Amino acid sequence: MKKVVMGNHALSYGAMLARAQVIAAYPITPQTEVVGFLSELCADKLLDAKFIKVESEHSAMAASIGASAVGARTFTATSAQGLALMHEMLHWAVGARTPVVLGNINRAMGPPWTIWTDQNDSLSQRDTGLIQYYCESNQEVLDTVIQAFKVSENERVLLPAMIVLDAFVLSHTSEVVDMPDQELVDKYLPRRKATYRVDPKDPHSFGNLTGPDRYYELRYKIERSMREAEGLIKEADEEFDKLFGRKYGLIETHQIEDAETILVASATVAGTARTVVDELRAKGEKIGLVRVRVFRPFPFQEIRKAIENAHRVMVIDRNISFGHSGIFYQEVKAAMYNQPRRPPIFGYIAGLGGRDVTPETIAEIIEDAGKRDRSEEDIIWIGLKP
Amino acid sequence: MIEIRFHGRGGQGTVVASKALADALMIEGKWVQTFPEYGVERRGAPVVSFTRIDDKRIYLRCKIYQPDHVVVMDPTLMEVIDVTAGLKSGGWVIINSGKDPSFFEVPDKFRVRTFDATSVAVKYGLGSKAAPIVNMPMLAAFSKITGFVGLKALLEAVREESPIKKEENVQAAKEAFEKA
Repeated sequence: MKKVVMGNHALSYGAMLARAQVIAAYPITPQTEVVGFLSELCADKLLDAKFIKVESEHSAMAASIGASAVGARTFTATSAQGLALMHEMLHWAVGARTPVVLGNINRAMGPPWTIWTDQNDSLSQRDTGLIQYYCESNQEVLDTVIQAFKVSENERVLLPAMIVLDAFVLSHTSEVVDMPDQELVDKYLPRRKATYRVDPKDPHSFGNLTGPDRYYELRYKIERSMREAEGLIKEADEEFDKLFGRKYGLIETHQIEDAETILVASATVAGTARTVVDELRAKGEKIGLVRVRVFRPFPFQEIRKAIENAHRVMVIDRNISFGHSGIFYQEVKAAMYNQPRRPPIFGYIAGLGGRDVTPETIAEIIEDAGKRDRSEEDIIWIGLKP
Repeated sequence: MIEIRFHGRGGQGTVVASKALADALMIEGKWVQTFPEYGVERRGAPVVSFTRIDDKRIYLRCKIYQPDHVVVMDPTLMEVIDVTAGLKSGGWVIINSGKDPSFFEVPDKFRVRTFDATSVAVKYGLGSKAAPIVNMPMLAAFSKITGFVGLKALLEAVREESPIKKEENVQAAKEAFEKA
């Protein structure tokens, strides 16, 4: 059944169809509709979940960890400062190996106070060990909630997953979403069976003090699970495709086969970039697009393969690591360094704090890169006002 | 692709109108995308909302700067903002007003129509007399004048999107569709 659905409700519907058992969340603009709608679904008995009202995002994630530790399918959502307040608990969820699916609406960090989109909130959580998906459409948001539970709860993974969508550009944009059939979702994602869980009848200690003789190996295991997750994300995506006829990949490529110029983007910027690529292709230009959907685990092999033969690669970042450069740019560049073929890679910053990224913005990037032979600057700002 | 911009004031249901238009077009098999301009909504303050329509999936994700058509929910906006900013030549300007279109002195390159959605809203008790909620009758007038949406899909969308007084909204939309 098709429905016109806003991005925030796509997250809620995803949690509903996944039959989340515990939802603990604290409202924050622009995420509010996610939990508002979920609390309605719980109140109307359309979703049989325990909805826990908490006093902060830190508590939201703490409650989620507790729920996941007893084996419940657990969902939460937040944005910007809320995600930052969760930070300590994100490390905890990863270290405790408690799968939770977290929806994060990409909102720029304050101050100055802002509610509009950029990726610095979610990318600041880069090193916590969360799986990170960046979505381009509301359909993808909904589908990814369902896929993420399957991956996150897999006992070869047992890591929390974050699903990221742009504030307003997706969160408050309504578009056509094909609602997956509940029976098929149940088939795809059966009830969670947790082997390792807190159970009063079978007592164990969790998160005990761990000395230098064991901690190191536990970190190794997290990294091993992350790498394992890469394959399992693809598997989950392919199985999803068989049942629902949609798949997204770790990265999505468009017109890259013979492309001399390749744009690398994420989230909704990639959608707008695609329209520019199609226009330029129609004029005979050999240009293509890579959309990075999964940021953690970082899809090294797929990105290398996608861009190694290009003459010129432009990475568009709606984020910045102050004192360094755009974060996707750093990562793409680092992935190529040890490769025999490495095209020049240019790093563009655009759209911070919700500045609109239009086809003209993308065209400006392509034109600018066309004038450069080598990447001499680590940051190229686009649309900067004097 | 067709791009439509809605101008209204906070409390008139402008954002809901753009969503209902998207619903109706989806029912008729189109791809749609609709979103409000965020940040400044207050009751009575100018509000802008957008709808994109296409026969294929819409990838474009930015605001609409050059709409094909505009809908104006409140005639007093004509004095305070340029509702035709960026509007493509030949585009419709559909204004909620009982006055003759010539009253608004819209440049000749646009097609102008007025429709008194306020009296329809008042007749069916939508909102209050002082602050009627004109969105659904105005959307119906837009649908009829442009021919973008048929009555059946329109009424289904109006029923879906009206948070209260569903029947009154449907009747108001029906009457507006017939009159426009």
